[in-house]
Amino acid sequence: MAVKEFEKPILKEYTPIPELVEEATSHLAPFKSKEEFQKSLGYPGELVENWQEVALGKMGDLLKKYRSLRVYMDSCIQCGACTDKCHYYLGTKDPKNMPVGRQNLMRGVYRKHFTLPGKFFPKLVGAVDLTKEVLDDWYSYYHQCSQCRRCAVFCPIGIDTAEISMAAREIMDSVGVGQKYCNEIIGKANKIGNNLGLPKPALADTLEGLEEDVEEETGIDVKFPLDVKGADVLLITPSADFFAEPHVDGLIGYAKVFHEAGMSWTLSSYASEAANFGMFIGSYDNMRKLALRIRQAALDLGVKRIVFGECGHAWRVAYSFLNTLAGPFDFLDPRYPVPQHICEVTHDLINKNILKFDKSANDGKVITFHDSCNVARASGMGDVMGGQFSLPRDIIKATTNNFYDMDDDTIMEKTFCCGGGGGLLTDDLIELRMKGAQPRMEALKRVVEDHGVTHMAAICAICKSQFSKAFQYYGFELDQIISLHQLVGDALIMTKK
Amino acid sequence: MSFVTIFYGISFYVATLILFIGLGYRIYEYSIIPSPLKIPTPPAPKTKSGVAIRLFREVVFFESLFSATKWTWLFGWLFHFALLLAALRHLRYFTDPVWFWVSWEIVQAAGHYAAYIMIFGLIGLLARRIFVDRVRYISNPSDYLMLILIISIALTGLLMKWFHTDVYAVKMFFIGLMYFQWSELPSDFILLLHLSLVLLLMIIFPYSKLLHAPGLFFSPTRNQTDNARDQRHISDWAKKLESKK
Repeated sequence: MAVKEFEKPILKEYTPIPELVEEATSHLAPFKSKEEFQKSLGYPGELVENWQEVALGKMGDLLKKYRSLRVYMDSCIQCGACTDKCHYYLGTKDPKNMPVGRQNLMRGVYRKHFTLPGKFFPKLVGAVDLTKEVLDDWYSYYHQCSQCRRCAVFCPIGIDTAEISMAAREIMDSVGVGQKYCNEIIGKANKIGNNLGLPKPALADTLEGLEEDVEEETGIDVKFPLDVKGADVLLITPSADFFAEPHVDGLIGYAKVFHEAGMSWTLSSYASEAANFGMFIGSYDNMRKLALRIRQAALDLGVKRIVFGECGHAWRVAYSFLNTLAGPFDFLDPRYPVPQHICEVTHDLINKNILKFDKSANDGKVITFHDSCNVARASGMGDVMGGQFSLPRDIIKATTNNFYDMDDDTIMEKTFCCGGGGGLLTDDLIELRMKGAQPRMEALKRVVEDHGVTHMAAICAICKSQFSKAFQYYGFELDQIISLHQLVGDALIMTKK
Repeated sequence: MSFVTIFYGISFYVATLILFIGLGYRIYEYSIIPSPLKIPTPPAPKTKSGVAIRLFREVVFFESLFSATKWTWLFGWLFHFALLLAALRHLRYFTDPVWFWVSWEIVQAAGHYAAYIMIFGLIGLLARRIFVDRVRYISNPSDYLMLILIISIALTGLLMKWFHTDVYAVKMFFIGLMYFQWSELPSDFILLLHLSLVLLLMIIFPYSKLLHAPGLFFSPTRNQTDNARDQRHISDWAKKLESKK
């Protein structure tokens, strides 16, 4: 199926708040998951006959399992504070992409079926039946949310649209309407251990190739160990790191850090994936199943620490959920948090003066940093509040001479999503992805013009892939998106052979 | 006892029951539903006292709203602050003898002028609903009616400045309701209108978006501590998954 042509947004100096264009992106919806992938995750293969009943039953169930969902269904004042905060609204102008507009798709059904005023006075409070049209709207617009939580930062009640879009996706899966991209990937990760479907021999081959490349370039025998029992550190990284630029340069950076610090580490072929797409579809069960692979790998390999590579939502699941989903990790070294982020490891080694840098190695670059939404708004780093903002910036400043932040309204907790998060990094949603990238591209364009920024560093596999596309689309250079640990790897002074 | 007294007396009992039982039940419901995962938004405090400070700042200053939109913050905050002042002034109807600080001139005067501020804030919010296309799009009839209801309560309250009513008798009516020794309610039209609207507000409170008031305190993005790596945060239903294995 060819993707329809669409009008290319023109980048402005500041992102304006657009006037509404109703149904502007109602035609956008990702491909649906095939029966085999639905079934492998425990969902019906196609829309079940009594789907309304099942969906409402599931909704009632989730309302009792998630306080967030229940409180957020009740508490919205419809004040409008969030209406101009979503990058997809700013890029598409579709009012159903305003966070509250998106929430109301479910809130209308909630009011109709779970509240008295909705039962007795539906028109008054905007209550609607769960019809096929509503379900189609759900499928379309709950897959136009990257679960980035920018709206939740601004909401006076803290209503988090991600919680609602996750619940909606879980309800849709439970009636047999799943998204192809996410559900196929979860299937692969369950079967093979990573989202790309790289089996162990291919993985070993890739890592061997990397060892050769690094040795050729630096003359140093930096190892990329796989399935080494008794290693200290188990590195869990997104499988994109094994596969393509600019991700792989990040992996080289981690390996150099471990090598220079003299740390023993290993990757696991069983848990060769940091990303956990179970989160995107709102499924605690699937998320837990994937998380347990990491626990199992840590047990099998007998490691002392778990460290995560650069991946946004993976870090959310790791930092905020892993202990809950797959803990307790009392078999690991209690001196380190479980898990740790590679930035925490590097930052710590810099503070201890174990890593030294030749910043001039990065002098050809003027850097800005993109705060990935799931790192910025759904997790932390280090033991200080806001460590997820300061640690990566400290590392950049330690490894480069030229760093400029983008506008305050577009970084840290107010960062704009890349446009491809939340399970939307698929070509069937390319229009949404490019339009959703617009606010970030506009902020980037300003630092490019004002400070001559040449590269944007990121610590998320999805961001890196999305920007590789978006940069080309908006007229930047493809290689302007880099892994943060590429900067580290390039500037690191290697003293150990 | 006049019909008016009996009607309003019973209505206030019923409305009070609906308000307190309804709201209490909602709070009970919220409190028993687990939050199975840690989802605080930044800047997320790492301690419980940090959470208390965060919630205090949200409740008192509407901090998140301030960072979102200054106009909505201005109108919304003025309205809520004025509502508090007006409520304090009204305490004199429910305390006998009147608490000393409630009778202070400044509390009484502030409560009076608060009505104007309240109306100003509410009209601002109504204007946003009508004139900002994004807010108009999300507004249901109930959203307009809620604003109009509260504006009407403030207006009818103010009007009693000019259409005098025997406020002492009103006070005795409420004190009588509280101690089950009923006394007559004056049957002035503006007063009865004011009280009717308040009754309506009390009744719809537990069934409407006014639940944002308890909702804020139960909002996991705002009330959770950021300590997921240090402490397991497992809900009862998730624990059951573990025993399945």
